[in-house]
Amino acid sequence: MSVMKRVSLIFKAKANKALDKYEDPRETLDYSYQRQLEMLTQVRRGVADVATSRKRVELQMNSLQQQQAKLEGQAKQALGSGREDLARDALTRKSTLQTQFTDLQTQYQSLQADEEKLTAASQRLQSKVEAFRTQKETIKATYTAAEAQSRIGEAVSGISEEMGDVGMAVQRAQDKTAQMQARAGAIDELMASGALEDVTGTPHDDIQAELDRMGGGHDVDLELARLKGELSQGEAPREIEGSAAGGAASQGQPQASRPAQSADQPQAGDGS
Amino acid sequence: MIVRILGEGQFEVDDAAAGELNTLDAKLEAAVNASDEQAFTAALDALVSRIRMLGTALPDDTLEPSRLILPDAEATMDNVREMLSGEGLIPG
Repeated sequence: MSVMKRVSLIFKAKANKALDKYEDPRETLDYSYQRQLEMLTQVRRGVADVATSRKRVELQMNSLQQQQAKLEGQAKQALGSGREDLARDALTRKSTLQTQFTDLQTQYQSLQADEEKLTAASQRLQSKVEAFRTQKETIKATYTAAEAQSRIGEAVSGISEEMGDVGMAVQRAQDKTAQMQARAGAIDELMASGALEDVTGTPHDDIQAELDRMGGGHDVDLELARLKGELSQGEAPREIEGSAAGGAASQGQPQASRPAQSADQPQAGDGS
Repeated sequence: MIVRILGEGQFEVDDAAAGELNTLDAKLEAAVNASDEQAFTAALDALVSRIRMLGTALPDDTLEPSRLILPDAEATMDNVREMLSGEGLIPG
């Protein structure tokens, strides 16, 4: 049998169950109305849950962006004082954050779409519940139990279908929100673990960060090159500062290798 | 006739379109039977867009049941299988 017919039969069976529950069909009206009100509450709660999740993701995105800016600043600073290793460290962490950020962005869009859909579903159900309440009062006031039967059947089936539809949407949204909460929790943990902390402050011992470095190595090299380019171009005062600092460092550390000298040495050896 | 797309609402579709919708629905059914996810997505997409194009959205306060109900546009084959087999899956 066709998919559309089978799905609609399943919904109808559900509605019939509700209709068969009471002997007096007018009781069915009250029972169904109670269920509708409950479902409305559930949908509204669903919308609120999704919105809360979306806001949490938004906050995390902001803080990731701030961390990235900070790490870039640190990388620049490190390069300026000749510490390429530290700069590489900072950029490695920045690249980890970028991966997280992209993931959050996808989650954010998905939550936003869910929120819109659920809001629309909630409005649709609200309108139907209001229409049902009006019909319910009319039917109860105007018809005897026997007469009311057929009118009630249609109204209850119609709204029961809507409730099934909305109910599934809420369930799905809640499942998804729970998954995203878990992932958001993982990011919070990552932040708390120190993996995202100030490079100059903590030793780089986090395993995850090490793994990410392996994955993000290429980006880091590119970024290092970019930052070097930025430093060598149009930042004349810094260059002077940098070379002054470099000079001071080489004076203080005579063991720092001098390629020019080592090139001389083999020639001297050959001569003897 | 009234057709519902789950998650989107109800549409009034001219009875004359029944033949065309049945053909598309048969493709969907065949894809489910063959466990062909790609064909399933394509068939569902075709059916959903056809109903959106041919149908007129019913006002929100309509209380009429639908003659046909279509899974939502993003449903996977597993979702549909669950829906067709699952007792108590549909709340309300």
